Amino acid sequence: MLVSPALLIVTFVVFIPVIEAILMSFQNYDLRRPNDIGFIGLGNFIAIINDPQFWQAVKNTLIWVIAGVGLQFFFGFILALLLNQPFRGRGVVRAVSLIPWATPGVLIGLMWKWIYDGNYGVLNDLMYKLHFIDQFIPFLSQTSTAFPSVIVTIIWQGIPFFAIMILAGLQGISQEMYEAADIDGASRMQKLFRITIPSLKNVIFITLLLRIIWVSNSVDIIYNMTGGGPSYSTQTLSVYIFNKATVLNLGYSSGMAIILMLLLSIVAIPYLRKSFKEG
Amino acid sequence: MRKSKLKRRRIFSLYVPITTILLFLLFPFYWTFVTSIKPELELYGPTVTYWPQNFTMESYRSLFSEFEFLKPMFNSFLVATITTFVTLFVSTLAAYSFTRFEFVGKRILMGLFLTNNMFPNVLLLIPLYSIMRNANLLYTPLSLVIAYATFTIPFSVWMLTGYLKDLPSSLEEAAMIDGANRAVAFIRIILPVLTPSIIATGVYIFIQSWNEYTFAVLFTNEDSRTIPVALKNLIGQLGVQWDLLTAGGIITIIPVCIMFFFAQKKLIEGMTSGSVKG
Repeated sequence: MLVSPALLIVTFVVFIPVIEAILMSFQNYDLRRPNDIGFIGLGNFIAIINDPQFWQAVKNTLIWVIAGVGLQFFFGFILALLLNQPFRGRGVVRAVSLIPWATPGVLIGLMWKWIYDGNYGVLNDLMYKLHFIDQFIPFLSQTSTAFPSVIVTIIWQGIPFFAIMILAGLQGISQEMYEAADIDGASRMQKLFRITIPSLKNVIFITLLLRIIWVSNSVDIIYNMTGGGPSYSTQTLSVYIFNKATVLNLGYSSGMAIILMLLLSIVAIPYLRKSFKEG
Repeated sequence: MRKSKLKRRRIFSLYVPITTILLFLLFPFYWTFVTSIKPELELYGPTVTYWPQNFTMESYRSLFSEFEFLKPMFNSFLVATITTFVTLFVSTLAAYSFTRFEFVGKRILMGLFLTNNMFPNVLLLIPLYSIMRNANLLYTPLSLVIAYATFTIPFSVWMLTGYLKDLPSSLEEAAMIDGANRAVAFIRIILPVLTPSIIATGVYIFIQSWNEYTFAVLFTNEDSRTIPVALKNLIGQLGVQWDLLTAGGIITIIPVCIMFFFAQKKLIEGMTSGSVKG
């Protein structure tokens, strides 16, 4: 059967690892202490629940996703509405505005870290010249500014994806509806809320879900900008899992990864149900 | 009179907001490039210059000569190319059978591929790491190809299914009535029509594998390290030498940009078709 090669690979590289991750989460599995590896039941989960860093990471993840995805959606929507109007050079603008989406997370982290730099950073320089600040701010190394700064970065990365998906949806709406609305004397706002947004329900739903899942899973941008610091203020759950995995405490981070997956499945289940229905 | 008013309105409702968003989206790239060609003295000088007073290609030169940036580029290229071909092969087959045949469990299988997009990378990272270690694959390019298949195959199947749905099955059926078997009909009839879509999907896979960092940092060593890891390691080696780092960044993104512009139209079509058409 033709599906079988793909299925075989996916089974091997996805489903077996998932099962192994579940098994690992019930073990004391720390590669730095190989002699202590063994089954500990719910030990990891009990430790996780009592770990204040874990709870802070959960809270950070919520802020990261709600603020990040919410604003990506907002600006992406605006960009899509703009790109839906005919003007000269629209094709080029559309292509160019997608570049952030194709940029590696490491590079995104690096570029923005340099923009935010506390000594030579261009953002500081601009704000100083415009008299918004009287002294340079070390954006990424103080707890009050670090998290908003990384959130701006994820927004920057996500706008193009939203814009492109919504734009495709906009182009699928039949012009007749707008013409009918014009005849009835509808205002621009009425057309937006009565025709455009309802017609885009499907696209918005799927794009939001996909982005929520991707953004909650994203590690590289935060990891490369702050590593989760200062004092864990930018550590989301996936960054925490990654940090634990890099110090080879695999049982503990598997436990957290399972929790993250369960949390995400709350979001994913409506999506799956919908796509099953439509086949 | 009325026309100029309309025009002015258009400036505020279209050109001003679009320029603002574009500035926000593109400025980081401009800044990265400008930084990479500034001489060190200017870079860390007392005033921030928005256009370099003096140009230098020094950082690019030393990146290749002292830091051997060609090697991670080659590694990335190797991993991304193999991943692209393997993924395209299995995904095209899978997508074809999803769109052309009815079989038991088809819906569940398609759902399975979709669920795949949901798993946190970090969840797979840990068991895959220990599997690779036990199989002695750690630090080989193959380990990354396998790891990347976890997210490239499901997404490619999804995209290719979308493209194939648009091709009527009467296409091959006509050929099959003329005596060709399905395989021949697929190669002769479907493949040529599907090629642009396959290329677009391939570009997507290539970009994803070229850019990936989380798996790469754990699954590679000095010899097999890919370009995002090399970029990150520069920070470790140099403290922060922004001229070199930004030059490395520009080099990283050039291949991506070229491929992206080449395939963007078809790529956007594929990404959006799945969600727009339902």
